[in-house]
Amino acid sequence: MFDVAATAIVLAVILVLYRGIKGPRVCDRVLAVNVIGTKTVVLIALIGFIYERPHFLDIALVYALINFIATIAFLKYREMGRLD
Amino acid sequence: MDVRTIVTAVLVALGCFLIIIASIGIVRFPDFYSRMHPAGKADSLGQALILIGLMVFEGVSLVSVKLLFIIVFIFIANPTTTHALANAAYVAGVKPWKKGEDRK
Repeated sequence: MFDVAATAIVLAVILVLYRGIKGPRVCDRVLAVNVIGTKTVVLIALIGFIYERPHFLDIALVYALINFIATIAFLKYREMGRLD
Repeated sequence: MDVRTIVTAVLVALGCFLIIIASIGIVRFPDFYSRMHPAGKADSLGQALILIGLMVFEGVSLVSVKLLFIIVFIFIANPTTTHALANAAYVAGVKPWKKGEDRK
């Protein structure tokens, strides 16, 4: 059951990757990267359940934090032109 | 089959459906502001449904508490990112799509 769900999420990531490659502006690419990152969080949690290793959930939590901070930092840089 | 397994399967299947629909929306919608609509709403709901399914599968333990933390964080972080993205695009001068124009 969980491996089917993981396959579906990988298919969704491939679909979003099309937008990340083609997207005409930087905004579209940042959107695609953010969506792929949040899907990766769920994928890591599902892989932890498939192989019965619950420690993967800690990795998923840290990955969610890193993804959020990276996107916010990049958008702040785009908006203000500097990061301090 | 266990009742818990059936509930988990239904929740995970619903979440996968929503995530795939959101990805198709991100590919197909005509401009940037409408692309943020599936990315902000359908995507976070699908992820939350999958993680709630995992919580039901696990039962009450430390693992489900961690999953609850991930769900709460996604529900806070995803709309914040979408809002910041819309703000950055508006400042950068992205114009909304009107009917009859080409897809951008």
